Amino acid sequence: MKCRVCRGPAVIDIRRHNANFCVDHFLRLCRDQVTKAIAEFSMLERGDRVLVAVSGGKDSLALWDLLRELGYEADGLYIGLGIGGYSDRSGEAVKAFAQERGWPLQVIDLRDEFDYDVPTAAKVTKRVPCSACGLSKRHLFDKAALDGGYDAVATGHNLDDEAAVLFGNTLRWQTEYLARQMPVLPARHGFPRKVKPLVSLGEREMAAYCVLRGIDYIVEECPMAAGNKHLGYKEALNEIEARSPGSKHAFYFGFLARAAERFRDAAPDGPEESGLGLCTRCGAPSTNELCAFCHLVERSAGAEPVVLTTKGAR
Amino acid sequence: MGGVKVHLRNPSRTIEHPGPVSIVALLQKLEVNRESVLVIRGGTLVPGDALLADDDEVEIRPVISGGAA
Repeated sequence: MKCRVCRGPAVIDIRRHNANFCVDHFLRLCRDQVTKAIAEFSMLERGDRVLVAVSGGKDSLALWDLLRELGYEADGLYIGLGIGGYSDRSGEAVKAFAQERGWPLQVIDLRDEFDYDVPTAAKVTKRVPCSACGLSKRHLFDKAALDGGYDAVATGHNLDDEAAVLFGNTLRWQTEYLARQMPVLPARHGFPRKVKPLVSLGEREMAAYCVLRGIDYIVEECPMAAGNKHLGYKEALNEIEARSPGSKHAFYFGFLARAAERFRDAAPDGPEESGLGLCTRCGAPSTNELCAFCHLVERSAGAEPVVLTTKGAR
Repeated sequence: MGGVKVHLRNPSRTIEHPGPVSIVALLQKLEVNRESVLVIRGGTLVPGDALLADDDEVEIRPVISGGAA
């Protein structure tokens, strides 16, 4: 296999590009794809301060590395979710990554600061764990970004993530979600701008980027996510991709170019339009006296912690 | 008797496969979708057409992560 650019020995083939790349040209491809996505969707401007949501996995650490490589002032925020040894190892990976590079990292531990963790909140509120996790992370990332004066929150959602979410939303025609599935969500009152600079890179490419950059990420999967619908959608899309390379890219970017606009009216109103009030506890926009996060904290804090076993929560 | 040592995950295990064998052939034999893994040897990536010999040791690393939030 030879590199498409320099004809030197290639280390990776990317079938949707029908091309192979050496280390240097693969890393350049990743930087170029991120640069292009940021420009195409007006995600960031030079001089923006960016808060990167880091989990210890390949995507978020690669994103942090890429944004720094591209010259952005990017700091990290890690949230300790309390998912047993998985969270312990994730936190260690993030802290080591940040420390080695001397990059600013803020850490929020749900158990230490709010007296709950994701497995316990999921059980108490009868939410699926990914829902309790996502709600907690979104709220805390928003708050940290606003409190810290950041211009945007950047997350490591890659092409596979976005294609799988689109697949799930399309299967059920969840139009209100389709309306919001964009690579950038502008800032609104009470919410920071949110950007996804990795949308044109697949997760195989992100894992390869980490290996080639020597980024020591957490390879193990979150035990709470095992067997969830999202993984099933990814597997289904990868079966299609193996037969027809480029399908995931065509599906997602075709949606953005030719379909997303049609769902705009299905987007729920923002707080200004709908006359939302503010959470009486934390001040976040909310339709109720307490926002969803504070409601979750109120129900979960102090509850008997769920103990994780190798077979799952009990 | 030796062979290519192949480390797999989920569940974590090590198998041996007779060499020489190409990465593409090995993944086909193991019924692993190439889109969902990387093959790593000595800390770096192994291209699809590389031939593995009996004394080689590789990791087949899944790249799919599942958080939808």
